[in-house]
Amino acid sequence: MEGLLPDLEVIRKDFPILERTLAGGHPLVYLDSANTSQKPQVVIDAMVDHLERHNANVARAMHQLGAESSAAFEASRDTVARFLNAPSRDEVIYTKNASEALNLVASTLTFAQEISTEAATFGPLGEGDEVLITEMEHHSNIVPWQLLTQRTGATLRWFGLTDDGQLDLSSIDELINERTRVVSLTWVSNMLGTVNPVREIARRAHEVGAIVVLDASQAVPQMPVDVQDSGADILVFTGHKVTGPTGIGVLWGRRALLDQLPPFLGGGEMIATVAMERSTYAGIPHKFEAGTPPIVEAVGLGAAVDYIDSVGMAAIRAHEEAITAYALDGLASLPGITVLGPQTAHERGGAIAFEVDSIHPHDVAQVLDSRGVAVRAGHHCAKPAHARFGVQSSTRMSSYLYTTPAEVDAFVEALAYTQRYFGTTGASA
Amino acid sequence: MSQMPGQDLDSLYQEIILDHYKRPQNAGLRDPFEAEVHHVNPTCGDELTLRVHLEGGGDDAVVADVSYAAEGCSISQAATSVMTELLIGRPVHEAAAVHAEFLALMHGRGTIEPDEDVLGDGIAFAGVAKFPARVKCALLSWMAWKDATTQVLGAEPTPTPSQSPDQEEQA
Ligand SMILES: Cc1ncc(COP(=O)(O)O)c(C=O)c1O
Repeated sequence: MEGLLPDLEVIRKDFPILERTLAGGHPLVYLDSANTSQKPQVVIDAMVDHLERHNANVARAMHQLGAESSAAFEASRDTVARFLNAPSRDEVIYTKNASEALNLVASTLTFAQEISTEAATFGPLGEGDEVLITEMEHHSNIVPWQLLTQRTGATLRWFGLTDDGQLDLSSIDELINERTRVVSLTWVSNMLGTVNPVREIARRAHEVGAIVVLDASQAVPQMPVDVQDSGADILVFTGHKVTGPTGIGVLWGRRALLDQLPPFLGGGEMIATVAMERSTYAGIPHKFEAGTPPIVEAVGLGAAVDYIDSVGMAAIRAHEEAITAYALDGLASLPGITVLGPQTAHERGGAIAFEVDSIHPHDVAQVLDSRGVAVRAGHHCAKPAHARFGVQSSTRMSSYLYTTPAEVDAFVEALAYTQRYFGTTGASA
Repeated sequence: MSQMPGQDLDSLYQEIILDHYKRPQNAGLRDPFEAEVHHVNPTCGDELTLRVHLEGGGDDAVVADVSYAAEGCSISQAATSVMTELLIGRPVHEAAAVHAEFLALMHGRGTIEPDEDVLGDGIAFAGVAKFPARVKCALLSWMAWKDATTQVLGAEPTPTPSQSPDQEEQA
């Protein structure tokens, strides 16, 4: 099969969990990587080694271990900056996850007094200002903007979707206008799989002086991402979907913008000096990193991006496309399956949400699980996108660099079994 | 056999459950009603609108009708259907006792032997208790019924003393 990673069997050996056998003796077929990815041994080892040999708090410990821990933590930031092609390592801020990163942006913008972009100066946000999102966002890129607009009086607007799961850009001239202050959208949809034309949208947004925020939670794991080329002013992703640990997320932002935003959380590490009356703040990145950061998680994240980078992001993208195409063919071979979103692998990322006629996603996932196949069922934190297509929930299979065609076969076979189990096909079990 | 035992799918998807799923009883929203509630399962998005119609007041109140519009999995749909069969026509305090018994069964992690005299078709859900992720599916409608009934009565429906599971266990 063209496009597959040539060393797939070797790569699979890097992920100890893929050896697992589940109840009933079924080998694990993990197709929930868009939810969270599995972790390679190098990530596990890097974290264990840090905890076993170098553990100490960062920045504030004046001893050898403190120096080692700080060096490891900051080295991770260098790695992530290089991985994203960020102009400066200081523009990489560690958060708890992508959700916190998006909340950081929306919340600091709520309180920002004045913001200057290349084409506009505005603030504080209020009536008449507009924030533009899309109907295919993860709840994490909807709710923070609802909070901002409710708190400031600004208006929340969004791009609708076409029937084939693309952004409806027909009204872009009206949606992006001189009142638009923020355009925040997902690069790759976690439900529809759609890859959005973010550069073009960013170009249009910048013409009116709006800030462009990209939710790259599903993009960074599976395609080359260069923040300078992306058009973003701010780009966020989450560690646990790039083979890293949970508990750490990344916010990259242009220094010119980050310097204008007020602090997010207050506390240790984010200050220059503190008196009882008032404080002054550290520069970026520390201004946005109050308190003890996720240290061992940062070490794990650094190892994770090194790992996927060494496999090669272009190669991972090709692999995902090949597996997705194969899975789309497999799904098309069964009766009564409707795939949501774009129908060709080339237009989409490696998550495929679908409906099975007359069987609820919960029941689909339950039967698949009994055969060792792990998928996600529900609204995938994208209720508005589901509502747009008139469905309440869906089943989602999502692959990653370790997914094999044989696993896709097992998935399709388990789906056929599910249909027989519930008697929704003519065939007998 | 060195194999780990498989998940017992058939204990989850009992014939009775699949029957109710395919042919839900008492479905649809009807008048009259005194309370209507809307409950959702935030993790999976299952939704239920449920109406309760009581006749008579105080200790004599009777569950005259429970009607509903629901979207959800086989377990939540079947549980709603079975619940309406069990509760419609019963005095509220008796219905509350059935409610308590079903709740205890669902939270029993598969260790409780269900009482068919109290639960009727509801005993088919015994297997669900072994699938913790599905317990909330089975309970969605029961919680909605209790919520709606509480709204009508202005107080939580209390089980008939002689039928409360606590008492039975002591007996
Ligand atoms: C597109 C998208 N945005 C945001 C998130 C939120 O990530 P996290 O839960 O790690 O904050 C996710 C993952 O669930 C996602 O897929």
